[in-house]
Amino acid sequence: MENKNLPYMLLLPATIFLCVFFIYPFTLVAWEAFSKDGAFTMEHFQTMTSNWKFEISFWNTLLLAAAVVPIQLALSLLMATMVSKMQKGRDIVLYIWTIPLGISDLAAGIIWLAIFDQSGFLNSMLYGLGVIDQPENFLSYQNKSTIFIAIVLAEIWRATAIMLVILVAGIGLIPKEYYEAAEVFGASNWKRFTKITLPMLKPSLQTALVLRVILAFEVFAVVAALGGTNFPVLMGETYNWQFELQDGNVAAAYALVILAISIAFTLVILRVLRVPKGAQV
Amino acid sequence: MTTSSPTVAVSQPQKVVDARKAGSLVFAASVILLCAWVLVPIYFLLINTLSSPEEVSAFPKTFIPPFNFGSLEFFAGFSGIGNALKNSALVAIVTMIMSIGVGAPAGYALSRFEFRGKAAFRIIILMTRAFPLPLLALPLAVMFIRTGLDDTIVGLAIVHTTLALPFAVLITFSLFSGIPVELEEAAWTLGCNRVQAFRKVVLPLVLPGITASAIFAFVISWNEVFAASVLTIENRTLPAFLLQSLDVSPLHLKFAGGFVLVVPALIFIFAVRKYLFAMWGIANR
Repeated sequence: MENKNLPYMLLLPATIFLCVFFIYPFTLVAWEAFSKDGAFTMEHFQTMTSNWKFEISFWNTLLLAAAVVPIQLALSLLMATMVSKMQKGRDIVLYIWTIPLGISDLAAGIIWLAIFDQSGFLNSMLYGLGVIDQPENFLSYQNKSTIFIAIVLAEIWRATAIMLVILVAGIGLIPKEYYEAAEVFGASNWKRFTKITLPMLKPSLQTALVLRVILAFEVFAVVAALGGTNFPVLMGETYNWQFELQDGNVAAAYALVILAISIAFTLVILRVLRVPKGAQV
Repeated sequence: MTTSSPTVAVSQPQKVVDARKAGSLVFAASVILLCAWVLVPIYFLLINTLSSPEEVSAFPKTFIPPFNFGSLEFFAGFSGIGNALKNSALVAIVTMIMSIGVGAPAGYALSRFEFRGKAAFRIIILMTRAFPLPLLALPLAVMFIRTGLDDTIVGLAIVHTTLALPFAVLITFSLFSGIPVELEEAAWTLGCNRVQAFRKVVLPLVLPGITASAIFAFVISWNEVFAASVLTIENRTLPAFLLQSLDVSPLHLKFAGGFVLVVPALIFIFAVRKYLFAMWGIANR
């Protein structure tokens, strides 16, 4: 008797919490974006798209994700396979590689500001090597490309660790017998990687990519620290509309755009990397 | 017949050994390079933090920290910093308590019972990961003004708990799953009721893991910028404070602030490193 209700009692707090603070707010966002004085309207979306910054911030966000995520995927796969081959010093190397996991995007932005700033370490290094005579202002509005490179590097530096952790955990789940069998048949390292590791890692790759891509669309503080207003992105514009321009409706419209591309890419990733039923370990 | 074959037999392994050596050298070099890629930028931040305000904007830079505490003193004395630090710590602690308090029972239920609606609940938990959660701050800002939760520690902690809750549920789920039900059943047969069995048998076993996931919740809240900036005005947390003053604050304040943000996170990640992979391994399924 007691057993029948117990699981529901235990789940109740979490369910209520998620309904009140997760599902309900999202319906509120949608309502705010589509309504004016209680009636349906597309006005806020028109205000959003007619602003010159919308298109730029939209493409900047996508471009940034397109530049960052593939590099992170390759890098985290490389690091994860290296870790799985390591015997000595595995723990310390893993700790060092996962350090950025604990570092906030704002702190990461500030860290890379120390490097790319006019009086920063990159300039000091180039000066020391005699490449330049005077410090270059890498992050000024004239140097859009170096701003972009700085943001890409900071993002790769900061957020590869989360993919690495998921992939290392995933590789740990692959049965060793598969590799032994492959070795018996004389498969090369590369063959083993493409024929065993990659296919078996699909569920982990799914999780890692979904998580990472969504975070990439939410990029905000790194950009704020490095690019300021010179590199508008969707999340930054959302913040601007909410705060500087005091228009919560347009901010909500921006939020829906971010939500829409997040969901769209999540579905694509789940579809492309789907694991056929019956092929799971 | 035998004159040539021994030389072949000897030289072949020699080549293989050389290739192995070169391979492992490249391997070690890559590992060190990747470690440097992570550590050197943090070292640069450390140099800037341990420089005087003048040295921070001087050019060219030294690559050894001058161990001047001028920047940190300036940071400590900057108005609003003390308050922001206090707010950050308080919000993170409340987040930690709420996400474990709400998440752990759910994790236990998922690991121990088969019941209707279990799949639906797991889907909601997984769904939260496919949503840009900081955006929740926008509608909640309106909701909080109506309920008087705006610009409060608890209000922000609620949003941060939404961020941390899915992790708390999944991590505690994996922790409880790792403890055989038989242990609990043995305690029941020895006369414990369900609560006693949980307290005396299960809790001591999962406590370290629960602590780890609580720390993880702390770090999530400590680092969060967007929701904190949207939801607080007077009671800003440190990230929100730093973000708001990015355009106007001098360089040395930014670097010292960034450093203060990084240090607790570094310590905490070190503390939970053992659980990091167990946590994510289960989160895959």
